[in-house]
Amino acid sequence: MRDIAIVATSMVQTLAMDTDTEVEFMVPVISDVKRQVSMEAQDFGFICSGSSDFLAGQAFSFVHTLDAVGAVPPISESHVEMDGAWALYEAWVKLQLGEVDTALIYSYGKTSPGSLRDVLATQLDPYYVTPLWPDAHSLAALAARIGLESGQFTATDMAAVAARSLRNATDNPLAVRSAKTHPNLTTAENILAEAEVVPPLRELDCAIDVDGGVAVVIAAEDEARRLCDRPVWIRGIDHRIDAQNIGARDLTRSESAAKAAAQAGMANGCFNGEKLDFIEFYAPYSYQELILLSELGLIDELGLSADGSGGANGDDFINPSGGVLAGHTMMGSGLMRLAEASQRISQGKGDRALAHATSGPLLQQNLICVLEGE
Amino acid sequence: MSAKIPKPTALAKPVQLPERIANVEQVRSVRTPISLNYDFIPGQAAQAYLTAFGEKRILGQRSPVDGAVFVPPRGVDPRFGVATTEYVELPDKGHIGSFCVTQVPIPGRDDLELPYISAWIFLDGADIGFIGLVGECDTADCRIGMRVEAVWKDDDQIAQTAENIKWWRPTGEPDVAFDQAGGRGFAARQAARADGTGHASQPNSANPASQ
Repeated sequence: MRDIAIVATSMVQTLAMDTDTEVEFMVPVISDVKRQVSMEAQDFGFICSGSSDFLAGQAFSFVHTLDAVGAVPPISESHVEMDGAWALYEAWVKLQLGEVDTALIYSYGKTSPGSLRDVLATQLDPYYVTPLWPDAHSLAALAARIGLESGQFTATDMAAVAARSLRNATDNPLAVRSAKTHPNLTTAENILAEAEVVPPLRELDCAIDVDGGVAVVIAAEDEARRLCDRPVWIRGIDHRIDAQNIGARDLTRSESAAKAAAQAGMANGCFNGEKLDFIEFYAPYSYQELILLSELGLIDELGLSADGSGGANGDDFINPSGGVLAGHTMMGSGLMRLAEASQRISQGKGDRALAHATSGPLLQQNLICVLEGE
Repeated sequence: MSAKIPKPTALAKPVQLPERIANVEQVRSVRTPISLNYDFIPGQAAQAYLTAFGEKRILGQRSPVDGAVFVPPRGVDPRFGVATTEYVELPDKGHIGSFCVTQVPIPGRDDLELPYISAWIFLDGADIGFIGLVGECDTADCRIGMRVEAVWKDDDQIAQTAENIKWWRPTGEPDVAFDQAGGRGFAARQAARADGTGHASQPNSANPASQ
């Protein structure tokens, strides 16, 4: 296996890009990472992007966004109709094959033109489920209800996750929802006093859908060391998928997350026996974070308390950025978790982190990536 | 002698329905229409273009890299992935870079009389084509390099829409030379820029006025 590292990241996220198209707001993001590594589009061995036509409401919308890259002379390029974390995985495989030494990965999503919770119904089984138009919040509420009634977690646990997100997001410039916007809701107790919008989910149990984009550069071995001062090495990465039929799965579990974590080198909440410094989860509903913590063997270790703190590890252990409850860029949030973790490590705020991405309904597909600073 | 292919067993015998629904009409197909609504935002460059177009003005954008002019503008020079912010007002005159004569009708466009000509119109000062219909011109007379001008709709029908120009008609001016027309002209100008014989900020020289 080649050592491959994240060497540059850039992100943008706001409630709604009222005036800019995807191309217009991705030009500065992609230009930023190109500038960080002093490379032009043609210098990258591979370029891979992630986005969805169902968000843009336009066929082949990703082709337009290639305008933001600069594809003349021609570049080696691919696209996944998935979160950018999977675009990074494709690029990582390409680098592992030894074909190329560098890759530019970007992804973006504009949820503001449509209704994301309805758009997401189109990713379900097209014969038996999509025609019923179950929106994303309703499906999540169904799964949360099963978790609550089976006693796997409590409403207080869920509220504690939401409260911690608000507190952690306070200093995150990309956060749209934080203690700044909701100063009176930073404890589980106060959140529990709020109304349920899609019972048993409260507004703060559901991620706030926003517009944004992210670009990342990865490089192998010496090239990574040449391109930046502190490469953030990808020590383990894997993705797994559960059955598409949501009736065929235990919705209080995420077996694919557990398998991906094990394949990425995680056991008993540690990576190769070493403790993590922090985790960035992509959990668009508060209860999903509790499932992921359980699948990764972290619940017991953390001793999660009702106030939502990260137990002995402190607030900053889980989603120091606030996670996607603070701002959810569909198709971008997974790659953003990797970028957030990478930025934090390169700033010296930790040496070892786990970044997670999810795709599909109710934690159907999961990617786990363990990152380490040099 | 060829072997007889057996029918799938599921089709070999009629479906036996439970008694309680025996008299219900069988479902043979289900329609599940999909509809999602989007509030489309044109973006900064396209919005500026449409606003001007609603005043019978045509806006392009100039590349900060080599001065190439794009119309309609998209806020970016796609060759380099660089934002374009400088607007250029272009005339409603140009030449045909390439064209196509269509002999078959398009569903939903009964208003198009056959045969019709669609063409890439290269406006004077622009480096890329701008698609439109060619009218008031016999198909046999249409040619690459032919000079044309816009025929706008009546003022009371002008809006922020691409439909403002009815068609482009010949002006009768001398043609642009074949090797200077359309994409060939752009390639020639690029080569000149690379040789240092052209000036990077100088737009298109296909305009006969500047030749």
